[in-house]
Amino acid sequence: MSEEMKETILEYVVDEYMDEDDDEEAGFDTPLISSGIVDSFSMVSLKVFLEKKYQIKLPDDEATPEAFDTVNKICVLVNKHLSK
Amino acid sequence: MSNIGSYEQRLEGFDWNIAKQILNWEEGELLNIGHMCSDRICAQGKADKTALIWEGFSGEKRSYTFDEVRVLSNAYAKFLQDQGVKPGDRVCIFMEKIPALYISFLGILKMGGVAQPLFSAFEHDSLEVRLRSAETKAILTTQKHLKKVRKIIDDLPLDTVICVEGNPAKLKGEEIFFNVDEAQRVDQFECFESGPETPSVLHYTSGTTGQPKGAQHVHGSVFGQALTAHWVLDLQDDDIYWCTADPGWVTGTSYGIIGAWALAATNCVLDSGFTSAKWYQFVQENKVTVWYSAPTAIRSLMRDGTDLVKQYDLSSLRHLCSVGEPLNAEAVVWSEEAFGKPFLDTFWQTETGAMMITNYPGMPVKPGSMGKPFPGIEAAVLDLKTNEPITEPGKVGLIAFRPGWPSMFREYRNQHDVYASKFVGAPADATPEQCRTADDVWYVSGDRASIDPDGYFWFVGRDDDVINTGGHLVGPFEIESALIEHEAIAEAAVIGKPDEVNMEVVKACVVLNPGFEFDDMTELSVMNFIRKKLSPLAMPQEIEVKDKLPKTRSGKILRRYLKALEWGEEVGDLSTLEDD
Repeated sequence: MSEEMKETILEYVVDEYMDEDDDEEAGFDTPLISSGIVDSFSMVSLKVFLEKKYQIKLPDDEATPEAFDTVNKICVLVNKHLSK
Repeated sequence: MSNIGSYEQRLEGFDWNIAKQILNWEEGELLNIGHMCSDRICAQGKADKTALIWEGFSGEKRSYTFDEVRVLSNAYAKFLQDQGVKPGDRVCIFMEKIPALYISFLGILKMGGVAQPLFSAFEHDSLEVRLRSAETKAILTTQKHLKKVRKIIDDLPLDTVICVEGNPAKLKGEEIFFNVDEAQRVDQFECFESGPETPSVLHYTSGTTGQPKGAQHVHGSVFGQALTAHWVLDLQDDDIYWCTADPGWVTGTSYGIIGAWALAATNCVLDSGFTSAKWYQFVQENKVTVWYSAPTAIRSLMRDGTDLVKQYDLSSLRHLCSVGEPLNAEAVVWSEEAFGKPFLDTFWQTETGAMMITNYPGMPVKPGSMGKPFPGIEAAVLDLKTNEPITEPGKVGLIAFRPGWPSMFREYRNQHDVYASKFVGAPADATPEQCRTADDVWYVSGDRASIDPDGYFWFVGRDDDVINTGGHLVGPFEIESALIEHEAIAEAAVIGKPDEVNMEVVKACVVLNPGFEFDDMTELSVMNFIRKKLSPLAMPQEIEVKDKLPKTRSGKILRRYLKALEWGEEVGDLSTLEDD
């Protein structure tokens, strides 16, 4: 799993979904969905970002809250579709 | 044996006073929801019973007895009084589903304030509109959300900002930190002497036109909420009850707090984002017996399949209900397969304050049906042209109710014309009270349905442009107004688009400003612009660029034309459509 991809996605999450003065620091294994950092409606904009950035199509039945719950899990999903 | 016993027998000679009997409430007793959900329960000998079982997303757990809820809500009430908050003042609660939300709600009511809970995912613009409309006096929030409040406070008549969780060192200016756990114990508090018509809760709901409307409820609503919770949710003394709704919306207060606690039920709250595994784990660990959830969540659980269900011991579940949008027949059938019992659909609205048309324990379920009117509720579907009740089975009309049930909203705050427009048959110059009490008046819900030969109601759809996404009503006007603030957008029309899980999601049809092209990054930019300005619910999940939007000759955008195209429906009368 590329470190660059993990960094890019994490940076996007921090920039778009977290406040500058949030006390918590996000990492690759920080829960995103279950913690409420990214809610189920906002998942769509994260999905659009991933699809545009990596030129892939993520099927709705794979873009689940579980699959989007951490940056590491998102990278697994993205890599699966990059290799197709 | 269920609480309701026989639905048919309950219809005979029904009287709302039965709610008072169930609560053992006698005329002359204090009618204050804050008191009835805490002090009164303790006085009935249930002080040590668990009132609240709470779990945060990280696994942190807390539980509170009714006596703890009583004392802590007293502390909130006294603190607000000490800050100069007076009876009748609106006090906003703006936070996640943390214990402070539930307990401060009672505290506000105890001191006579009007509780105004707002969904914590609202961003500053959505928050401002609702605080301005309510002329909110004080807000209870957490450090996480202070930033949104700071952005708008200078333009609002908001006197007091109270932070109930977070780091006190991060507060600015006149913001006050109040940690109820560290506050002085307030064992006795003299509750405000409210009556059945005293304002209690103010919930904002969206309409087709204009900004959101504040539906004002009263303390007397508790009788409707308690009786429906008793008969429909079938809450019994040893139940562990989980209402998954956020109190920023009416289900979260009417049944997530008031109905449940007035009946002394043990209430569970999971403050966490949705994942099926987490929800099943929560049911298993807490041995939840009665589960009140929403079709969006049920369809998400369904998508994850029954194999996941089998990994958990969910045998404690004995009764399941659903609210927020129509529950499709497939979800009812699936829940029988997955949990051994169906989710029972319940229909009601922010304005009705309590369940109106529902399915009942023991009554045969017709999957996909809304069920039958609650005893004491006269419901009909009205002809779309004549407003007369339809007697022909299967014919579609507007769902309407005869006013007079206890939990009915009493006004839209400062919008009497809009309130009056919800009633057919009322005199043109009727006061809100006359709207509710005049002869031959119907309250029209804005939803369409038909009635089958057995008296079951079947939902058809909204009669206006309001979007029901995941059980939350979203007004197109608010989103359109925000969209045209984006530099790329000249005009916008917002409609609902069919969605397998959320029933509908927001779709925006836009005309771009000259010089802008709609590339991938513009789409993402518009989505995030709305998400950060209004809320994730309002964020368009699809944006379609058009050369022009369909309009009437007077320049009004014809959303219904766009919606009909999106849903593959008849576009109807287009005689007012502007010529090319």
